[in-house]
Amino acid sequence: MKIELRGVWREFNGQQRPVTALEDIGLEVEEGEFLCLVGPSGCGKSTLPDLVAGLQEPSRGESIVNSGAHGAPVLIFQEAGLFPWLTVRDNVEFGLRVRRIPRARRREIAMEQLGLVRLQQFAEALPHQLSGGMKQRAAIARALALDPPVLLMDEPFAALDAQTRDIMHQELQRIWTETGKTILFVTHNVREAVCLADRVLLMTARPGRIKDEIFVDLPRPRSVSNPELAEVAQVALDHLRDEIQKAEREEFDSGWLYPEGRLPASGPGVVASPR
Amino acid sequence: MPSPRSVGHALVEGFGDRSYPVAILASLARMLIGYGLAIAIGIPLGLAIARSILIRDTIGSAVVGLQTLPSICWLPLALLWFGLSEKAIIFVVVMGATFSITTAVEGGIRNVPPLLLKAGQTLGAQGLLLSLRVTLPAALPAILTGLKLGWSFAWRSLMAGELLYSERGLGRILTIGRDYGDMALVLATILVILVLGLIVSRYVFEPAERALARRWGLEAE
Ligand SMILES: Nc1ncnc2c1ncn2[C@@H]1O[C@H](COP(=O)(O)OP(=O)(O)OP(=O)(O)O)[C@@H](O)[C@H]1O
Ligand SMILES: [Mg+2]
Repeated sequence: MKIELRGVWREFNGQQRPVTALEDIGLEVEEGEFLCLVGPSGCGKSTLPDLVAGLQEPSRGESIVNSGAHGAPVLIFQEAGLFPWLTVRDNVEFGLRVRRIPRARRREIAMEQLGLVRLQQFAEALPHQLSGGMKQRAAIARALALDPPVLLMDEPFAALDAQTRDIMHQELQRIWTETGKTILFVTHNVREAVCLADRVLLMTARPGRIKDEIFVDLPRPRSVSNPELAEVAQVALDHLRDEIQKAEREEFDSGWLYPEGRLPASGPGVVASPR
Repeated sequence: MPSPRSVGHALVEGFGDRSYPVAILASLARMLIGYGLAIAIGIPLGLAIARSILIRDTIGSAVVGLQTLPSICWLPLALLWFGLSEKAIIFVVVMGATFSITTAVEGGIRNVPPLLLKAGQTLGAQGLLLSLRVTLPAALPAILTGLKLGWSFAWRSLMAGELLYSERGLGRILTIGRDYGDMALVLATILVILVLGLIVSRYVFEPAERALARRWGLEAE
């Protein structure tokens, strides 16, 4: 199973003028690879996995997903997107039901996947009874239940608190090692990317292009607090700094960050330093 | 103003000589048919409007206009079409309830969070399957609100219709009360109409709404 994007563009009809979200993207994801895509706000990070999942079509170019008999990639979102009217287990069974898998088999698969994300005892709970991290784990189980060759993850941990996120990083690395899935993981957090990925692609501010590629060759399991990891993240961050500033200039009104009467001397082009 | 006592007397008498039970059954029978038809028309119409821009721009705008029209305005037309018959009143009930159901269904469907639709799609649900398994359940709370609204519109339309023309029913008893200047009978009948409305809302719609809210997590535990 391999993902390949060739000369992919994606344009939207914006309110005033057309918006180019992705510009001439070419990338390949190898089977079993953990690839992270990092970029500043609004650079088309969410658009890319949508294209791969087939939820959107490229305006130009092609997105080739060589799935064969293995089924399509499954997307996981920033908010878990669990169906509130279904129990956790019925959520996990959702895709299997759509595929008309018999009930007994569905149940078996669902419990197995809930075991993998350590949520078995919450199988009968409703989504609103779960914490943010538990919801996200349920969403991962729901995706894994289909045994997709590729998991596409769009900032899946961005809404979680720092501790929960740390745990999720460990869990995801474990799941990846245990299942051997190909993972395309999107984030705006450089440390998270470096912590998880074999390879990190850095994107430019909008229109999103691929700017650099960083290979991360650190032993696993990794943690964001690992000092060697901080070094690699620093390198990546240096590469991205201009792009983050560019994105901020686009998204904030100029001068917005400054109190009245204290605009920076060098004029409207200057913006506060990156986070 | 009649004394509470005479109103109570009218109630006892009405239930004693079976005129209220018969009238209630006649009115409820019309409600069931009219409201049932309104649901059968209103829900598919709402789905169609939510689904197609073409239908929204044509029928959809008409529905918005029709919704503001008091349904009793249809009675003269109904009498011309159907003559002095049950059908005429039921037509008025249908016209009174359908469009509020349609509007609620359409709004409910259009407000389904895109995230849930995307989740359904990425898990392999498309077309009809996506509608049945994701869109409809997600819109169910809004649809239920529409059904409740539709019920009260149907009830009002029915009473208006029966008041103007009918052989049986609670509205008819109101007319008799007016014709004989029997104020106690009029008030007693209003009470019956009110209580019936309350019972349905209390024992049908409220429990259903509560059950949905609990299931959908829309309500604090
Ligand atoms: N349906 C749409 N219609 C119009 N413009 C869109 C649409 N979807 C995305 N865009 C625009 O395309 C650009 C990229 O969007 P995208 O959501 O992929 O960015 P992102 O990198 O995921 O942003 P964030 O960091 O906020 O998640 C944005 O400028 C956005 O405004
Ligand atoms: Mg995004």
